[in-house]
Amino acid sequence: MGKQLEKKVGSAGRKVNLQEFRSGVHHGIPVGLGYFFVSFTLGITAKQTGLSSLQAALMSLSIHASAGEFAALGIIAAGAGYWEMALTEIIVNLRYLLMSCSLSQKLSGSMRFFHRFLIAFDITDEIFAFSVSRPGKLNPFFTYGMMVVASPGWVLGTFVGAAAGGILPAVVTGAMSIALYGMFISVVIPSARKDKVIAGIVAASMLLSGAFALIPVIKDISSGFKIIILTVAISAAAAALFPVKEEEREEAA
Amino acid sequence: MKNNIYIYILVMAGVTYLIRLLPLTIFRKEIKNRFVRSFLHYMPYVTLSVMTFPAILSATGNVISSAIGFVAALVIAWIDGNLFKVALGACGAALISQLIINIL
Repeated sequence: MGKQLEKKVGSAGRKVNLQEFRSGVHHGIPVGLGYFFVSFTLGITAKQTGLSSLQAALMSLSIHASAGEFAALGIIAAGAGYWEMALTEIIVNLRYLLMSCSLSQKLSGSMRFFHRFLIAFDITDEIFAFSVSRPGKLNPFFTYGMMVVASPGWVLGTFVGAAAGGILPAVVTGAMSIALYGMFISVVIPSARKDKVIAGIVAASMLLSGAFALIPVIKDISSGFKIIILTVAISAAAAALFPVKEEEREEAA
Repeated sequence: MKNNIYIYILVMAGVTYLIRLLPLTIFRKEIKNRFVRSFLHYMPYVTLSVMTFPAILSATGNVISSAIGFVAALVIAWIDGNLFKVALGACGAALISQLIINIL
């Protein structure tokens, strides 16, 4: 891949790509460390479900999805069919469809096509959030920089959790389960702090989600569907009430 | 476990990859519609917020220690958005409060 690309972009492009890659690595380090924590608890769950450490690591390497993998372990534990697995993953991971739609808007039309296949491999909540908030068009090398540190954090954490998680007392692994949500919060709050509209949307989303967990009938909807229903409804309301200013459309390819 | 673990992994990996790949390869034209653009702009914040709350309250198995971890995460994220510090701080706060609860 390297040789063809170098010829195409020339040395100036190569330098920019390297800078973007380094910036991605820089952003990816705290993400990778956070992933290690979260996937450690995932590894413990995988072990309890009956997976070997290597199988758990393979699962994390090929999926890169926190909620998707936790849900998948539930399916495996229940011994449910493959089609149930497929359906569950579609529901739980459907948010990535929306994220990919959004990320697709950040990619330059002149970017070589194979980059889309590589980027798609590791669109996680965090890598997406950092990639989409880059100014101008997204240089794929930024995302690759994040991937090369975040992915090993995720895969190694799963492996170590499955191999050695059993030695930790339950009170410690219980507390570690918070890390997953801590990651989500660390993505949302800094933007909410800068932008009052986002702050209001975050608060409204949490309140409505809390209400959905309490209201009879609605509370019985699967969590994957709840996420989709609330995401579509609240984002649509926000888009209607607070349309994004057109100035954010400048193109710095 | 009745079924083959590797087929399970293959199914979930295939489905998840397609979900991520298809929009990137199909919707390549720039969306001009302001509503759709705004929707896509707000969407990640909504999804992450919805996924966090109220699920976080049952994370540790105890509502009080989970809530303390939640507040710690909000405060640390507000002061310093570093993902690792937020995750570590939230875990630490939940652990300490859970240990205190266990003693009481």
